[in-house]
Amino acid sequence: MSGVDELKIYTWIAVGGSFALYFAIAWWARAGSTSDFYVAGGGVTPMQNGMAIGADWMSAASFISMAGLIAFLGYGGSVFLMGWTGGYVLLAMCLAPYMRKHGKFTVPEFISDRYYSNTARIVAVICLILASLTYIIGQMKGVGVAFSRFLDVDYELGLYIGMFVVWVYAVLGGMKGITYTQIAQYCVLIFAYTIPAVFISLQLTGNPIPQLGLGSTLADGSGVYLLDKLDTVVTELGFKEYTTANMGGTLDMFAYTMSLMIGTAGLPHVIMRFFTVPSVKAARQSAGYALVFIALLYTVAPAVGAMARFNLMNTIEPAAGQNLVYDERPQWFKDWENTGLLKFEDKNGDGKVQYTADSTTNEMVKVDQDIMVLANPAIANLPNWVIALVAAGGLAAALSTAAGLLLAISSSISHDLMKGVLTPNLSEKNELLTGRIVMTIAVLVSGWLGLNPPGFAAGTVALAFGLAASSIFPALMMGIFSKKMSGKAAVSGMCAGIGVTMLYVFQHKGIMFIHGTSFLGDMGPNWFFGISPNAFGAVGALVNFAVAFIVLTFTGPAPAHIQQMVTNFRTPHGEIAKAHDH
Amino acid sequence: MEDNTSYWQDNLRLIFICLAIWFVVSFGFGILLVEPLNEFRLGGYKLGFWFAQQGSIYTFLALIFWYTKKMNDLDKKHNVEEE
Repeated sequence: MSGVDELKIYTWIAVGGSFALYFAIAWWARAGSTSDFYVAGGGVTPMQNGMAIGADWMSAASFISMAGLIAFLGYGGSVFLMGWTGGYVLLAMCLAPYMRKHGKFTVPEFISDRYYSNTARIVAVICLILASLTYIIGQMKGVGVAFSRFLDVDYELGLYIGMFVVWVYAVLGGMKGITYTQIAQYCVLIFAYTIPAVFISLQLTGNPIPQLGLGSTLADGSGVYLLDKLDTVVTELGFKEYTTANMGGTLDMFAYTMSLMIGTAGLPHVIMRFFTVPSVKAARQSAGYALVFIALLYTVAPAVGAMARFNLMNTIEPAAGQNLVYDERPQWFKDWENTGLLKFEDKNGDGKVQYTADSTTNEMVKVDQDIMVLANPAIANLPNWVIALVAAGGLAAALSTAAGLLLAISSSISHDLMKGVLTPNLSEKNELLTGRIVMTIAVLVSGWLGLNPPGFAAGTVALAFGLAASSIFPALMMGIFSKKMSGKAAVSGMCAGIGVTMLYVFQHKGIMFIHGTSFLGDMGPNWFFGISPNAFGAVGALVNFAVAFIVLTFTGPAPAHIQQMVTNFRTPHGEIAKAHDH
Repeated sequence: MEDNTSYWQDNLRLIFICLAIWFVVSFGFGILLVEPLNEFRLGGYKLGFWFAQQGSIYTFLALIFWYTKKMNDLDKKHNVEEE
């Protein structure tokens, strides 16, 4: 049996086995009520919820792309590490406990109660759907790519399989089914991520813990620290020094990190998970557990990134001047050339590979960042079963996030739009049915978007965070920390926040990201203090706060019964704690 | 009602302390002060780089668990625990 066949068999076993597990859980945890469907009956323990949040949060982007981004950005990649973890501190202290105490099913529902306004609810629903749909496109693409690269299945067929799997357990089980499959998916993805990292860390530094290996000396007996060696290697080839390479300047890094943090805290599919636990205490705890499970991946990622870069450089140029001969390139090199994600061009015709920062002499004309995690085990010559595990892990990451987003979308439509605004008399049984129908439609729409990704798909991930950061996060913060904040003021703030953020993004990247419609005029790119469009959510949030407080001073505070409601949800004790049974 | 108010004030103080530390380790040590801190080392890590890619995350974790514990104490002290 050849190595390639063996790998394929292992991969089918890993992927097929994990899918069978998800189906079994879905059948066991099917939903019987709207409470099961939206909040898993409110009986999830903090530890379980933490794991589910971890799987929900860590998407195909975290699993596949992040370490690759860090590998090429070096220190600049820190914005993703801090930005995508720091938001949990805000969630634990400023949002989750009070929203759980208020005890409703969805984020727009909380906003509509607090701001006594259906307008606020509809604005929130629109932000939620925009943010969630753009996210799903990435997950669906991830599923298709994982199938096509690892299993030689058509991209389209792979996507259909993924859609079917998500549909089964999301429609059948709602939040309850999703929660328990996410727990299983977390286990699959964290094993798949850390096991290769442990092997590689052991190979390079002799230390099995990647977080420590990254700070250790190389195992080749030279006594040189891995990071120092990496700095030397990359600077000799003209790249920026790995450990100090800045991204867009200090202020831009500051704003970028802030946008990701408050965007994380404002993303509805994450907040929603805090409604599934039985108490306020448990909501605080589950934020802690969530970060434990997320940090397990996020503290390994910088090691994966740096070590992958190190191995890549080392393969191409094992010692100064001794470049890899193209005809002797390893199998993984050929495999990734076939996908088009790795491209070589022999510019000086010497038959060897030169990889430098100078675009006129650089012969590695394309090294896609997504390769770094996926090809890492092969670059490091790890056994086939480890590579098979990575395929199952990538699929788990994509499917779990897609399911959470689908639930956020379907609940905002069936619960907020239908039950809340359009048809308030909907019975529980029919609401559940509506939820399932909407979920099915959402699966089909996201599958269609995955097959026909709009040209702006990549740019919209930034927009999703920008929207959440500039609209939902400030609205929730003010709703909890300012008793007087009124509906009018909050809605004005939300609209202003989204408005400036979208304007700045479109100004740079075109209206709805259509090429050629950017309208920078006399202003240079990043004209606002050098802040890039991806980092602008933080500025949008400031505008939101400012406008809301100005409007508040002119229009007067929220009515007394609303202020009383705020007092109530600020303390764990007392009424409305059991609002789960609507 | 008054009890609630002092509970809320205590909570706000706690949040303020936590967020100050949250800000210092990430935005402070990881971004604004990264260059001076990089003069120091933690094994193979430059210190500023370590805060940006490792240390800030560990601190976030400690902060959430510390806050959770302190809030449980506060809930008891002010007698506002859930039934």
